[in-house]
Amino acid sequence: MPLANTATSVPVVVDEDKCIADKGCTVCVDVCPLDVLRISDLTGKAYMKYDECWYCMPCEADCPTGAVTVNIPYLLK
Amino acid sequence: MDDIRSGLSEVECDVLIIGGGTAGPMAAYKARKKNPDATVILLEKANVKRSGAISMGMDGLNNAVIPGHSTPEQYTKEITIANDGICDQAAVYKYAQNCYGIIQELDQFGIRFQKDENGEYDVKKVHHMGAYVLPMPNGETVKKALYRQLRRMRVLISNRFMATRLLTGKSGRAAGAIAVNTRSGEFLVIKAKAVIMCMGAAGRLGLPTSGYLFGTYENAANSGEGYAMAYHAGAKLANLECFQINPLIKDYNGPACAYVAGPFGGYTANSQNERFIECDYWSGQMMQEFYNELTSGKGPVYLKLNHLHEDTANHIEQILHTVERPTRGRFHDGRGTRYARDMIEMHISEIGFCSGHSASGVYVDEFARTTIPGLYAAGDMASVPHNYMLGAFTNGAVAGEDAIDFAAQVDFEDYDGEAIAAEQERVLAPTRREDGIPPNQIEYKIRRLVNDYLQPPKVTKKYEICQSRLAEVREDMQNAMIARDAHELMRATEVASILDCADMAAFASLFRQESRWGLYHWRVDHPERNEEQWKCHVLLSKQDGAMACEKHPIQPYIIPIADDEKDAYYNQRIQAQA
Repeated sequence: MPLANTATSVPVVVDEDKCIADKGCTVCVDVCPLDVLRISDLTGKAYMKYDECWYCMPCEADCPTGAVTVNIPYLLK
Repeated sequence: MDDIRSGLSEVECDVLIIGGGTAGPMAAYKARKKNPDATVILLEKANVKRSGAISMGMDGLNNAVIPGHSTPEQYTKEITIANDGICDQAAVYKYAQNCYGIIQELDQFGIRFQKDENGEYDVKKVHHMGAYVLPMPNGETVKKALYRQLRRMRVLISNRFMATRLLTGKSGRAAGAIAVNTRSGEFLVIKAKAVIMCMGAAGRLGLPTSGYLFGTYENAANSGEGYAMAYHAGAKLANLECFQINPLIKDYNGPACAYVAGPFGGYTANSQNERFIECDYWSGQMMQEFYNELTSGKGPVYLKLNHLHEDTANHIEQILHTVERPTRGRFHDGRGTRYARDMIEMHISEIGFCSGHSASGVYVDEFARTTIPGLYAAGDMASVPHNYMLGAFTNGAVAGEDAIDFAAQVDFEDYDGEAIAAEQERVLAPTRREDGIPPNQIEYKIRRLVNDYLQPPKVTKKYEICQSRLAEVREDMQNAMIARDAHELMRATEVASILDCADMAAFASLFRQESRWGLYHWRVDHPERNEEQWKCHVLLSKQDGAMACEKHPIQPYIIPIADDEKDAYYNQRIQAQA
C-alpha cells in the first residue's frame, strides 16, 4: 500500500533566535529519550522531526539558551 | 543522520549491562567498584544522561525500609500481602535489608532525603500497614548524580544502541547481545561473560485513552524489549498475567501522586467528594476498588486537595510540577485547574508489564539471577514485586556485584555465528521493502487490540479472539512492515517486542484460571481466588519455539503471614457509616 503524508502538530517548539545548533550545539537532540529532535539542514536549528513525544522535558531543561519549549501534545491537552 | 548504513562491529567485555535508566547505572557502578580491573559496558537505547523512568528525577522513595521506622520483616510481610501471597520472599527480604545502605550511598552521591527538625529521616505512611515513603527534596538531580558516578568509575557507555537479541552459548549460558544503532542501522555484537538486563517496563503495551501512542504512563522508550529478549533467549518470565494498571491524572496520564499528596492530607475521592478507599498505595486490590468507583454512579474519581490550606495545596503542586513529570503543571494550566481550588479528574492507565508496581517480570532469585546462567535482570523488568525506584537501585547493585564475580570465574562462551546473520536479516527486513505498512500503524493496531480484548475485566473468549487477531498482525509485521530510515527501524524493532509482550500477556492470563491481584487479573469467568490450585507462580517460557506456561511453587515463607493478615489488602473499601 502506498504511503501518505499526514500532517500532525508537534509539541516541542524551538525559538530559532535563541537556538545555537548552528554553532555546533546538539544538547536537546542528545538527551531526548525518544530521539525525536534533529538539526535542520535548511536552517541549522533544532526542530522536532518525529511526533513521538513523552512530554518529559530534558530537551527544555538542558538547553543552554532556553530555546526549547515542551507543550502538551494536542491529543491529550 | 538516520540514513541506513551497513556495518557490523564486535567488542568484548566482562559484564554487559543493557539499559542505562535506574538499575543499569547502579549495576555498572557496583560492578566496577568491586572489580576495577574488569571491563563493564553500559548499553543504552537513548542517552544515559536522561534515559529511563527517572529521566526527570523522582519526588521520593516509595519503599524505604529505614531503621526506627520499619523493619525488613515488616516490609516483607506487607509486600507479600500486597502481592496476594505470590511472592518469593528471599528477594524482597534481601532488598529490605540492603536498601538502607543504598540510601546512604545515594546520599553520598549528592541526592538528599528529607529530614525532620531532629535530623531524622522524615518517613511518611502511605502503605496499608507500614511507613516507607521518604521525600527527596532535590529529586530532580538524580540522573545527573548517577552520571557523575559512572564517569568517576570509568564505565564504558554506548548510547543510541538498541539491543535486539541476547546471544547464548551451546551450554545455554549467556554469551552477549546483538544491538543496532538507532541512527544508522549499524550492528554491534557485544561478547560478554555476564549480561545484566535493566530494560525497564513494557510500557507501550496498552493504548492510553488519549489515543496518543507515546502518551503512556511509563517512559515511552520502555517498549518491552527486555521481556521479549529474555523470552527468545529461553529465560522464564513470572506472573505476566499480573498486569500493571495505575491510577493517573486523566489524559495527562502521569501519576496523580497520592504518595506525595497523601501525607499532606490529600486523597482519592469520588464525584460526591467522598473518600472510598482506606489507602492510596497502589495494589491490584486498590485498583479494583478504583475501577468499581470509576464505573459506578459515583464516578469518575478525583484527586482531592481542595480541602487543604491553600499553602499546602500549592506546596504539593510545586513538588509535583518540578520532578518526575514536570509538564504536569502545563497540563493543568491548559485546563485551568488548580489543586487548591479544583478536584482533578483521574482515570486508570493502559495495561503494561512492570514489577516496579506489580509483579510481572523476568523470573529472578535474590541474586538477580534469571533462569539462564550468566544472565541477570533488575529493575522494572525483573520479577521482584513492588520494586519501585529504590528496588531498581538496590537490586541493580546486587546484580552488578554478583555478575562481576561470575564473570571472573568463566571464559567467554562461544555462540552460534549464524545467529548474528539471521538477526541482522530479521531486524533489517522492513528496510528491504519498497512500500508497505509503517511501524506506527502496526503498533497502533496491536495496542488498540490490547485495549479492546486484553484489558481487564478479562473474558476468555475475548482473549482467544485477540490471539487470532494478533496472529494476523504478526503476519503483516513480518511480511509488509516498512522502515524508511534508521529511526523508523528502531520503531519497527520495538513493534516486534510490543507484539511479543501482547502475546505473552494473553497466554499467561488464559493459563491462570482464577482471579487474583484485584483488577490486575480479574477473570470474569473465573471470578474467585483459588488458593488450592493457584497459590503458585506462573512461569512462561519458550519451549520448542512456542509459548508454554507452567506452575511453579512459591518458596516457603521466611516471614510467616497469619491467616487474619493475608487478606488485609482486600479490606480497603471504606465501610458505610451506620
